[in-house]
Amino acid sequence: MSWIRELYYYRYFIRTSIVNEFRARFVRSRLGAAWMILNPLAQVVIFAFILSEVLSAKLPGIENKYAYAIYLMAGTVGWSLFAEIFNRCLTVFIDNGNTMKKLAFPKSTLPVIVVGSALVNNLLLLVSVIVIFAMLGHTVSSAILWLPFVMIVTIAFAVGLGLFLGVLNVFIRDIGQIMPIILQIWYWFTPVVYMEAILPKGYGKYIALNPMYPIISAYHNIFVFQKTPNMTGIGVIGCISAGLLLLAVFVYRRASAEMVDVL
Amino acid sequence: MSGALDVNGVAKAYRQYKGEIQRVASWFVPNVYPAKETWVLEDISFSLSPGEAVGIIGQNGAGKSTLLKIITGTTKPTNGSVQVKGKIAAILELGMGFNPDLTGRQNVYHSAGLMGYTSEQIDTVINNIEEFAEIGKYFEDPVRTFSSGMQMRVAFAVATAFRPDILIIDEALSVGDSYFQHKSFDRIREFREQGTSLLFVSHDKGAILALCDRAILLDKGHLLRDGDPEEITDYYNALIAEKANSTIEQVVMGNGGIQTRSGTAEAKVIEVALYNAKGQVAEYVGVGERVELRIKVKVYQSIETLVLGYGIKDRLGQVMHGTNTWHTKQVINKPNVGSEYEFVIAFQANLGVGSYSIQTALVDRDTHLTANYEWLDLALVFNVINIDKVHFAGCMWIESRITIEEYGK
Repeated sequence: MSWIRELYYYRYFIRTSIVNEFRARFVRSRLGAAWMILNPLAQVVIFAFILSEVLSAKLPGIENKYAYAIYLMAGTVGWSLFAEIFNRCLTVFIDNGNTMKKLAFPKSTLPVIVVGSALVNNLLLLVSVIVIFAMLGHTVSSAILWLPFVMIVTIAFAVGLGLFLGVLNVFIRDIGQIMPIILQIWYWFTPVVYMEAILPKGYGKYIALNPMYPIISAYHNIFVFQKTPNMTGIGVIGCISAGLLLLAVFVYRRASAEMVDVL
Repeated sequence: MSGALDVNGVAKAYRQYKGEIQRVASWFVPNVYPAKETWVLEDISFSLSPGEAVGIIGQNGAGKSTLLKIITGTTKPTNGSVQVKGKIAAILELGMGFNPDLTGRQNVYHSAGLMGYTSEQIDTVINNIEEFAEIGKYFEDPVRTFSSGMQMRVAFAVATAFRPDILIIDEALSVGDSYFQHKSFDRIREFREQGTSLLFVSHDKGAILALCDRAILLDKGHLLRDGDPEEITDYYNALIAEKANSTIEQVVMGNGGIQTRSGTAEAKVIEVALYNAKGQVAEYVGVGERVELRIKVKVYQSIETLVLGYGIKDRLGQVMHGTNTWHTKQVINKPNVGSEYEFVIAFQANLGVGSYSIQTALVDRDTHLTANYEWLDLALVFNVINIDKVHFAGCMWIESRITIEEYGK
């Protein structure tokens, strides 16, 4: 458990790293931190504008005329949390290679910094989405109390998978090239933009194999349908994530001796 | 062994696999072996006592940087272990991974955080860091606008903001301007007095002689020598000229000094002597005395050109004066095999009181890197004593006159 002590000693470094990351990202842009929210929202607007006519009729159980936009935003918040953490974990060692070569510091701080800054991003997005919901006449119910559990599982899944592939990516850089493509395909295999109901019959059992499906469904249940998400599904993903995290730690331990040499 | 730092049998191999898939497989399956191992360090052992300063020298690729990285902990050794007592601060290469878009101040907080300090701790020294770096208003500007010297200043100021138990410096100091170098050396000396050990990598022989109690010579991944800085730097100097059929020998002389003789032996110094103003062989000469250094050279094989170089070194091995017959345009062309030459170098011993040594070099042109017939360190040792001059300090004698006039009344 020495890594917990290390993280405690380096808590200040973790905090400044997260703050510096935002500073560095926005230091030369006019709108600064607003870009964090504007980017995903722009995507929502584009999809809503293009697809709402096609899809709006097929959203049962919700009366609001902006139902599709609400559905889209709820899924986007969940997916962007996963995608940001996953993408950053995938390159976390390569991005920090220079520092790792020059200074000895606990590497366990790196995923914590990634999660910290992604979480700040995501919470800002979440708050702005809730405000937009209110403007569209859609309120948030007590189902939101389930959200922290869903987010924890989402983060664990993204970190576990991301770090495992992130370690491999140091040695096999093709992984970093191919993952954005796979992620794109994965996104379209997850009901974020479309409704599950529009899928042709028989695809239901395949979509159940998608680990992001229970997560995005939970976001939909919490925000769109205002009901308790399927926590069994979330629990299963939680177990898978724990396994992935252990795998990532194991692979990191085996690789760490050679990692700095190839960075 | 229980010093501030113990390095025990450290070895480092870079492993190459047939493919990266094999490398990944080797983490999971025990019987997958690398296709090729390149050993960049083998069986390195030494220790560092508190307050001791050790210089590490060696040619490029000798493994100096890798060794420092292992000691700082950024790289892991393949075999062996490193034990450290206390806190290490290292200045490896330039910049310490500064973020170019953040200001100097923000980077200081970031880097000190990376070294494990809290915000409160950094708050107490931030003003000292700013003062020490002396980069003025640039401290509040993004690091991308800094020159490399300015980055070096900030990096050194951060690394030494808190006194570490072991300070590791890799060449970095040579980047700074000489004013900042002096300032850095002062701080290093101050730390050493308080018990900080120093590990110092440099090509600058002078800096090693001035700062270090001991030196370690690395060559092709092996620890070749560990000992007195002057002996080691002389040996290193001989080593960089080492060519085919060249030899290096070191002989312990009567006074405890170690004479290093190296080269390809086409020509050799057979006699070196210092004569005083009366024409007698002298071991002691007076300050400012007219003396003659007579060097006899014999040619053993046919060579195109013969150049004699000589240097007078002080007790720390720093060259006080040196030149050669290339610069004085007295090159001997096609010397006859078997003949002997006597070079008589007349000069005034305008040196401070102390012990000095003579080094000689027989080469083909102005450096000993193209051909090194013979290089001889500590060819002769002599002492300078003050017989008829006023008392003075320093390493050289300057004829001076002080006049005093009184004003007033």
